[in-house]
Parts: sequence; C-alpha cells; structure tokens
Amino acid sequence: MTPEQYPRIYLYRRIVQAKVFIDKYYLQKIDLDNISDEAYFSKYHFIRLFKSIYGKTPHQYLTTVRIEHAKQLLQQGNSVTEVCFSVGYDSVSTFSSLFTKITGKTPSGYLNYHKQRKQEIQSEPLAFVPKCYAFMHGWGENSNFEEATV
Amino acid sequence: MVTKMTITNINVIDQDSAYDFYVNKLGFRLVNDIPMGPDTRWLTVSPPDQPDLQLVLFPVTVSKMFPQEVADSLISLIRRGTFGCGVLTCNDIFATYEELKTKGVEFIKAPTKEFYGTEALFKDDSGNFFSLQPINNFSNENNI
Repeated sequence: MTPEQYPRIYLYRRIVQAKVFIDKYYLQKIDLDNISDEAYFSKYHFIRLFKSIYGKTPHQYLTTVRIEHAKQLLQQGNSVTEVCFSVGYDSVSTFSSLFTKITGKTPSGYLNYHKQRKQEIQSEPLAFVPKCYAFMHGWGENSNFEEATV
Repeated sequence: MVTKMTITNINVIDQDSAYDFYVNKLGFRLVNDIPMGPDTRWLTVSPPDQPDLQLVLFPVTVSKMFPQEVADSLISLIRRGTFGCGVLTCNDIFATYEELKTKGVEFIKAPTKEFYGTEALFKDDSGNFFSLQPINNFSNENNI
C-alpha cells in the first residue's frame, strides 16, 4: 500500500506523531531523516503532507520551535551562547542570523530588552497590568506595590 | 470607533495548571507572568499567530472581585462546564484534534460536520470549553 492509499486518519496520525516528535526532541540534533522515519514516510511525501497540514516544512517548523524556546531562555536572562547551544545549534553566528531573521531583533538586543523590562517589572509591577484588572483583584491595595503613573 | 480586541480574560481555577494547558498543550505564547502577591500572577498568553491578542488567565481566588461565596459559586460553575470561552481556529481540524488528544486534551465533541463547517469542542484544565474550527469556516463571505 502506498502512502496515498492509506486511510486519511492514518496519515494524520503519522504527521501528528512527527510534529509531536519535534515538539518533544527539538533540543536534540534531529534532522529531517529522523523525523520522516518517525512518520514512516518517504522524505518527499512527508514534507509535502506536513506542509499541507501545518503551513511550514518540518525544517521550518523545527526552526520556529527552537527560536521560540530561545526567546524564552533569553527572557530568563541566559546568555546568547548558552541559549544557542541549549536549543540545538552548534554555531552562534548561524543561530544569531536565524534568530534575527525570524524575530527582527538580534539575540543580544532581545536579551537586553528583556533584562531592562524585568528590572522595570520588579520596581513597578502594576505598570504592566491594566488598572481595571488590578482594581478588580485588589492588587495595589494594602500592598507594597506602587500605583502606575502615566 | 472600536477597532480591535486586545485583552480578554478566561477565569481559571489554578494558574500553574492553566499555564501548562495553554502554553504546553495548546502551544500559546507566554506574554506576561508577573507575581502579584503570594498566590496570584498577572498571567497572559497569546495564540501563536495572534500576538496582539492577550488572554488573561485570571485566577478565581477570594478577592475584592470575588468574595468567598462568589468564588465558590464560580469555581463550581466552571468545573461543571458552564462557560464557553470562544472559538479557536486552526489550519487543519483533524490534525489539530489528533495532536491535542495525544497531548491529553479532553474533547467533548470530536470533529463533526455542522451546517457552518466542521467543529470540535474541548475543555481546558479548569472546565471552560472552546469550539475548535478550521480557519476556512470563516473565510466564506456568507459567514460574516
């Protein structure tokens, strides 16, 4: 039976398995062959089906997942080099150019922006919450939070 | 003239569990996670392709807004599945259904053809329910 003859639900399950595999192992050095093996497809057929379902090739999706995780790690204050290796890249320059292409900011610029934001949050947390929510929840009353100013 | 919705809220019972559900299962992006005292956080997330809409995962804890009796009633209603929180869209409903089921999301209705298109229903970790529909259900002018 060729992949085209499989009932559609089996095709879905295999592609979903491959996506979940990427979601789970994106920090490791997985490549397209590993991923298409996971789905038991030929590479070409796998790429075509994956893109038809998720709008991205498996490689593009893997890059997106890695860069999203890199953003979280940078927001937590990790260095660009640490983040690069943590999300599965060997080269800081490759990582930096991909990050910049996808987010529009360099990793170091992104890191610095979030360091500054973190400091602002620590000194004035209520400045980041719409007043109506803070009021409804009683945040800022009888606490050490200072009111945000415009 | 009102032009957009930017922030809306979903009342949740446990913020840690809600974070896991919306970020790790649905794949939403974390926008804000700011401590607001010992038991609550300003916790907001966005759908991956809609960064300009923030969903506040609003904790139902005893507060000025929710006195004890109100909080107890609200938690009971949420757990009972009283509240529908909207329609979430995806490119491919069958693939998304399979993926979310794999991740442990509880569906109360599998993808089913309705007169307006295919729809599934699932619950979040608190009990709020959502409709899941393919984006092309909304691309037809007749739906507007």
